[in-house]
Amino acid sequence: MTDSRAGRLVLQLVVPVALVVIWWRTSSGSTSFFYPPLSEVIDSLREDWLFAQIPTDLVPSLGRFSAGYLLAAAAGVGLGTLIGLSPRLRLATQPVTEFLRAIPPPLLLPFAIVTFGLGNDSKILVIALGSMWPVLLNTIDGVRGVDPQLLDVARSFQLGWRMRIARILLPAASPKITVGLRTALSVALILMIISEMQGSTNGLGFRVLKAQRSFDTAGTYAGVIVIGVVGLVVNLGFLAVESRVMRWHRGARGLLEL
Amino acid sequence: MSAQVRRRLRTEAVVLPALGVAVAVAAVELAPRLGILPRQSFPPFSEIFGALAGLLGDSELWGAVRDTLSSWALSMVFAILIAVPLGMAMGSSRVGALLMRLTIDFLRPIPSVALIPILVLIYGTQPSIKVALATLGATFPLLFQAMYGVADVDPVAKDTARAFGLGGWSRARRITFPSVVPYLTTGLRISASVALILVVTGEYVVGVAGLGREVLIAQSGGAYDRMYAFIVATGVLGLGVNLALLAAERRVLFWHASQRGQGADE
Amino acid sequence: MLMLDVSHLSKTYGSGSGAFTAIGDISLSVVAGELVCIVGPSGCGKTTMLRCLAGLLPPTSGAVSLDAQPVTRPPRQMAVVFQDYSRSLLPWLDVVGNVTLPLKAAGVRKPRRLALAGDALAAVGLAEHAHKYPWQLSGGMQQRAAIARALAYQPEILLMDEPFASVDAQTRAELEDLLLDVWTRFDITILLVTHDIDEAVYLADRVVLLSGAPAIVTESLTVDLPRPRDQIATKEMPEFAHLRAHVFAAVKAAGDQARRDAASEASAPDAAAGVAVGPDAAA
Repeated sequence: MTDSRAGRLVLQLVVPVALVVIWWRTSSGSTSFFYPPLSEVIDSLREDWLFAQIPTDLVPSLGRFSAGYLLAAAAGVGLGTLIGLSPRLRLATQPVTEFLRAIPPPLLLPFAIVTFGLGNDSKILVIALGSMWPVLLNTIDGVRGVDPQLLDVARSFQLGWRMRIARILLPAASPKITVGLRTALSVALILMIISEMQGSTNGLGFRVLKAQRSFDTAGTYAGVIVIGVVGLVVNLGFLAVESRVMRWHRGARGLLEL
Repeated sequence: MSAQVRRRLRTEAVVLPALGVAVAVAAVELAPRLGILPRQSFPPFSEIFGALAGLLGDSELWGAVRDTLSSWALSMVFAILIAVPLGMAMGSSRVGALLMRLTIDFLRPIPSVALIPILVLIYGTQPSIKVALATLGATFPLLFQAMYGVADVDPVAKDTARAFGLGGWSRARRITFPSVVPYLTTGLRISASVALILVVTGEYVVGVAGLGREVLIAQSGGAYDRMYAFIVATGVLGLGVNLALLAAERRVLFWHASQRGQGADE
Repeated sequence: MLMLDVSHLSKTYGSGSGAFTAIGDISLSVVAGELVCIVGPSGCGKTTMLRCLAGLLPPTSGAVSLDAQPVTRPPRQMAVVFQDYSRSLLPWLDVVGNVTLPLKAAGVRKPRRLALAGDALAAVGLAEHAHKYPWQLSGGMQQRAAIARALAYQPEILLMDEPFASVDAQTRAELEDLLLDVWTRFDITILLVTHDIDEAVYLADRVVLLSGAPAIVTESLTVDLPRPRDQIATKEMPEFAHLRAHVFAAVKAAGDQARRDAASEASAPDAAAGVAVGPDAAA
């Protein structure tokens, strides 16, 4: 059964389909407050999330997420390159970075709230500050691990330092950097949600919290499902971009079926 | 490498990190005093340090540490019990892997913190919420590491063992398990870090006992030096857990590596 | 007319008791249009020397000059082909991308870049593979791409560090002939370091023999074999065999001497300049 494509697809779908069916059957006649019928959850999804709350909550959430993530990526790669290129700078910054990265990212939230308030900028700062670490550390690793022969090639053909960094160093470090960017994605998502659960007026996290506080169980489930879908789509999007941009890396390691 | 160069590198290895720390401390001390950061909400380093020093004798800190660590330990146990068997099963069976792939790939990107509202709704603000949260988050990295570890076992070694008549359990013990152990230790370290973060997050967001809640209490009460002291304490705890696991990993793998060396001669 | 002039080059790594002198005293010159091969025993510092000539490594003493200009950093008129093509071609660029990158850095405009690349790729026989990636090509083809990259750069002199060491014998023969073809067609000077004695005699106008570390030039041998060379005809000639035997004997003697030196220094209780770092570190 594992040999045919159709067979593999069926196997993969068995468990998810079964879970959904079980959920539906066990909840359909339910009068329990905590376990509403799946049909109610779907209703809530349809009414609220398709399409009313998309502009009011989904869009601002994704906007903050994107802004924070891009900031984290830029800062992480920029600083990481500088630190990776200079062994002295690396030694000097190591204890501080090791300590700062050990702080659970959600605990950056009190720092931001207390210092910068509850506004949009504060949230974006938290997302950026918290998700920067995987990018920074992986960039440092990646830059340090660049094959010195590649740099010899760059020098022998008289590449200026700008080209050396942009066209040799960063591409060579990009496999490691990509790993960091992927981890940062999950962290940014978590921070986006948590930051919206504290003194927010819109957003995915806000909506789910609101549903919970008004004891709207179906709405809470619905909100969680939406968050899950957003997480899934964002990850798939990242994977799609990565598989295009990093195709050369899989090829170089002999992992492409050509 | 000449002796002079070696000496210079040794001094640099001590002086430069110290310099870095000194600069950071100076920055945290001066920024609020010079108004770069708001003085009322961001205390200078000396005040934070003072609050932290005061906490060390305070039973509140150690009680909170105990709450956080015990929840963390519990969630790790659950995560191991779920992730290791499931991951190894998925790694060794194509059918098993296919059955679970989609479900796991779907569940994996869901931020576990998104489940907080549901858990709070159903169970109220109980400590078990943070254990549930941490278990969920810690399961996935360990699961994947277990999967990769089993899948990575040298098939030639397995065949050889079978050809020599080693039974299933013997094969598992001598071939599969030693190969998986490095993956498991890596997975444990990653999971431990994730679990600690989620425990503290749960404490902060939901308000259950532990370091996270101490941060919340200090924040609401405006005692910002205490708040940062607790944040620093959490960072130190995280560092400590990670270092302890690194040391343990080195010992386990050292033992494992030498045992493998012996195994080759048997 | 002189093109490349090397005067009393020496290179010592480290200092004090851990010092290792890879190059003792090397002087040689290369005339424009020559094809010179440098041979020596393993670990004699051939790669160190090449890196000094290429401006990638500052010598401890001595001077290198190209067209009467001192070489302190990689000169524009020089291109290098490294031994390990898998670590010198960029895996994220296709062949054309790799070949045109140095031209881009030099500020050459796109149409001209593509034209130069096209000529170079045609010369090495890679025209149909221009849009493939290095990891899609065989070892021999990858080294051709590296050669094309050097050619498109339009250097006056090409330095090659054991360029055919990592390919099989058949591919090596093809690449040697390709090199000869390219040498006449593009009218460049070539300095090639190799440990393959047959290759050195087959390709060269002159063979320069190095001793073991600390390396010095023991001999400079003119190769009088007729051109164009042919893998079968030339290698059948008695002169080829004589030259080859001569070079082989010299390299073997140098290698034996190096081993004797290493052994005597290891057994000497207070060696002044001990070979603490192994010879392999230099090459």
